[in-house]
Amino acid sequence: MEWEVVIGLEIHVQLSTKTKIFSGASTAFGAEPNTQACAVDLALPGTLPVFNENALRMAVMFGLAVNAEIGKRSVFERKNYFYPDLPKGYQTTQLAEPIVGPGFVDIETEEGVQRRVGLHHAHLEEDAGKSLHEDFHGMSGIDLNRAGTPLVEIVSEPDMRSSKEAAAYARKIHAIVTTLGICDGNMAEGSMRCDCNVSIRPKGEEKLGTRTELKNINSFRFIERAIDTEVARQIDLIEDGGTVVQETRLYDPDKNETRSMRSKEEANDYRYFPCPDLLPVIIDDSYIEAIRETLPELPDARRERFISEYNLSEYDAGVLSAYSAQADYYEQVVKLSGDTKLSANWVMGELAKFLNQNDTDIKDSPVSAEQLGGLLVRIKDNTISGNIAKKVFELMWSKGGTADEIIEAEGLKQVTDTGAIEKIVDEVIANSEKQVEQYKAAEPDKRGKMIGFFMGKVMKATGGKANPGAVTGILKQKLDALCD
Amino acid sequence: MFDKTLAELAQGLERGDYSSTELTQAYLQRINALDSQYNSFITVTEEQALAQAKAADEARAAGNGGALCGLPIAHKDLFCTQGVRTSSASKMLDNFVSPYDATIVSRLKNAGTVTLGKLNMDEFAMGSSNESSFYGPARNPWNTDCVPGGSSGGSAAAVAARLTPAATGSDTGGSIRQPAALCGITGLKPTYGRVSRYGMIAFASSLDQAGPMAQTAEDCGMILNAMAGFDPMDSTSAERDMEDYTAELNQPLAGLKVGLPKEYFSDALDAGVAEQVRNAVAEFEKLGATVKEVSLPNTELCIPAYYILAPAEASSNLSRFDGVRYGYRCEDPADLEDLYKRSRGEGFGAEVKRRIMVGTYALSAGYYDAYYNKAQQIRRMIQQDFVNVLNDVDVIMGPTTPQTAFKLGEKSSDPVSMYMEDIFTLSLNLAGLPGISVPCGQSNGLPVGLQIIGNYFAESKLLNVAHQFQQATDWHKQIPAGVEV
Amino acid sequence: MSLDRSEVEQIAHLARLQIDAADIDSYSDSLNSILNLVDQMQATNTDGVEPLAHPLDAVQRLRADEVSEVNQREALQAVAPATEEGLFLVPKVIE
Repeated sequence: MEWEVVIGLEIHVQLSTKTKIFSGASTAFGAEPNTQACAVDLALPGTLPVFNENALRMAVMFGLAVNAEIGKRSVFERKNYFYPDLPKGYQTTQLAEPIVGPGFVDIETEEGVQRRVGLHHAHLEEDAGKSLHEDFHGMSGIDLNRAGTPLVEIVSEPDMRSSKEAAAYARKIHAIVTTLGICDGNMAEGSMRCDCNVSIRPKGEEKLGTRTELKNINSFRFIERAIDTEVARQIDLIEDGGTVVQETRLYDPDKNETRSMRSKEEANDYRYFPCPDLLPVIIDDSYIEAIRETLPELPDARRERFISEYNLSEYDAGVLSAYSAQADYYEQVVKLSGDTKLSANWVMGELAKFLNQNDTDIKDSPVSAEQLGGLLVRIKDNTISGNIAKKVFELMWSKGGTADEIIEAEGLKQVTDTGAIEKIVDEVIANSEKQVEQYKAAEPDKRGKMIGFFMGKVMKATGGKANPGAVTGILKQKLDALCD
Repeated sequence: MFDKTLAELAQGLERGDYSSTELTQAYLQRINALDSQYNSFITVTEEQALAQAKAADEARAAGNGGALCGLPIAHKDLFCTQGVRTSSASKMLDNFVSPYDATIVSRLKNAGTVTLGKLNMDEFAMGSSNESSFYGPARNPWNTDCVPGGSSGGSAAAVAARLTPAATGSDTGGSIRQPAALCGITGLKPTYGRVSRYGMIAFASSLDQAGPMAQTAEDCGMILNAMAGFDPMDSTSAERDMEDYTAELNQPLAGLKVGLPKEYFSDALDAGVAEQVRNAVAEFEKLGATVKEVSLPNTELCIPAYYILAPAEASSNLSRFDGVRYGYRCEDPADLEDLYKRSRGEGFGAEVKRRIMVGTYALSAGYYDAYYNKAQQIRRMIQQDFVNVLNDVDVIMGPTTPQTAFKLGEKSSDPVSMYMEDIFTLSLNLAGLPGISVPCGQSNGLPVGLQIIGNYFAESKLLNVAHQFQQATDWHKQIPAGVEV
Repeated sequence: MSLDRSEVEQIAHLARLQIDAADIDSYSDSLNSILNLVDQMQATNTDGVEPLAHPLDAVQRLRADEVSEVNQREALQAVAPATEEGLFLVPKVIE
């Protein structure tokens, strides 16, 4: 049986407001427990919510960026359930009248599959606190700093057909919210969290299969792996004659498996009703249009511009535009180096490698765009070779400093004096009789490849500082002279 | 001196007849001596009161005293008071010392009032008799076998027994007006949104409104001047300019158009109450008012609509009482569910649990449309009835309650008969309109209240109408037998 | 509409209220009499009537996004039943 996978995503995006959605407490990450949970956040008796204007503005920005209808009237409702991280005993959210109505985004996977993914709606709501499960004499600890942090929950249509599409969609949402500056995009800190609704059906069947919901997945890689794992589980289950149960499942990245969440099994009756402490949020066209004016260049437009203006490949343009901080960085490097391709290679290559290895966001990169730009300038003007540049970059990363300072201090300036190079080439040829004989014996069209050996020797003798172009020329000339 | 109104006491302070400290000490002594009969206070804040009185005396001496500076009042125990237990008359909050002041508490503090203490009430303001209080029922000073009404029963009893010249109350379905009527005092429920709800422990958010309770309309106006006004901490607070609620008191009533809803004078109305209310209306005619019959056709639907909406909101508002961050926690919870269920089961009284369950049911899947949504539609119809009538008349008058104070225990076993107490009052909460209850006579030795209903934000008009009535009558000056002044 | 014991138990569970088994019948009776009372409104035709959530047709006011709260953990936790290291303690949360 050939199976079709059907995926819909619910993505929670923490808005980067200074304060909570309904209180004046700070949302800064990483504070001591409960130091940013004020009387309103703790749901002290008598406290009341007042809506944060910035949360509204950011939600409207998102709506405009995903081609959506904006709800000119939106209503907060209460979703009632008991949980220790939910101080009021209800979550203030939107249901019947959300701030963002239907919209869409276009995605493309690495394999080039393009698809338009529909957004059902996006709504504003408040985040919950955190339960810490370290053992306090058999008790759990509750930290409510996160309680009341504004979230936009983005609910897609079940339009994705593979885990790769799901990851591409999540990346696209990430690119949009970071470009808009409405979310810091830090998935490790939970600023963006994904729930994936996954089902399978026989290819050609229209009716949707029973879905399971995979909760709180916090990296793009895990989205793919969690879905693949869950799809395999569902296929095995059905092919063994079983049926999929509608349930919430937790993905365990260590074991690469999904498992049923026991505590969420109980059928909930959330008793939604309009929050009587908040009034309908009413906005008009002029409010929406004023926000539209402030929208930055969005990832799709930026990608197109990178292709047309910088002559980048579609792939490079896509990668570089996918994260606004990276795209900004790249453009800054281009401005300094004047070389769009070289800049792309370095930002996506060496820089990305170091960032990954050190688990560092590009915004926190120890090597600034100015430093990298300065380094590329020295490659372009032949002061250093590409290989030496990597060494300089490593020092830049670990110790800081400009390219010029490092080149000077480490004596890495490229040797371009042909007299000095010729002297070394002569020594190398004189000490490599066997290889010279082989070179002479070889067919002329095979000789090019054999130069590499001599090249290595020369580079070793110069500590890599000889200009590779100059060395190649001189070697070729002197060896070929021996052959005549 | 305990028969003096707030306005009269203010004059005494101004003249230097006594200091705020002397006044405060006198009231504190009186409360200590007499309140065991009425149980109107849950907490007496002697130390804070004397400190506030001293500060008020200093402010007055320095020429900084406003109209209320140095005057003693007391707060219903659902207004959060920093450093003082704020219990909502529930075991759930018996140990809750509020870390902050409600907006109205800080406003009245800033106006220089002295807080004598915190007043008894029905638990979480759910009741019409004060019998659901964890601290035992408050008693009616007119007859201590009778209830003072509720939920602001302690406020009404304390003012009637002259243990405080004025008090704050809150009104979700009649909780200021009904006890004011039953205890023979004046109580005003302002327009929804006129007084901040921040720091008032919520019962039903879209219905709750705080207001003043005192001997006279003039005193209510003085207190309302300090209580009312826009509060940025309350999203439902009305953004309107401040008014002086004592400025219009002396306007003559000639030409005032009064409507009497025929539905308020049915056979179910106690004959003695009906008679006193008709006498009061005749008094208004003497003052130059014209009276006509009007109709509020959906009056009977108020009770069913209210007893869906209020419990629905309450069921959600009271979810925060879970034994986690403050308030009562059960002994040795076995697990999380046990913590919730026993803390709430043991911490809440029977009527509160009943209303939480009604509200939970009304909101639950499958019943929302039949109950909650339907009740909100009826709410719209009731509001429209009032809008129609108030296009035609200046004020609506009628009885505040269908009967005078009833005996303790008489209705406590039958919630539905208790709910009927509020038939004339709770429609105003549904519509959000202001209403005032003024003493207008007695039936079998117990006070009868006249309810005057005005248009949105017409508090000044209501106080003017009530004040003129009180200039012409002396029902508000009647003091219960046995209350020595 | 009439609620039986199991429905009352289910509502009490949803509301996280411990009700003694001996009291369930009396709760059931009083809930049923309240529901009878509120069922009076079912006879009223409300077709086309817009529900009224709030008495004043006001709209939500917006708050400037400026931090107005300082850390008050100590004062706010002074009334908490159980805390440790700044955390509120509850029986083990199982996910």
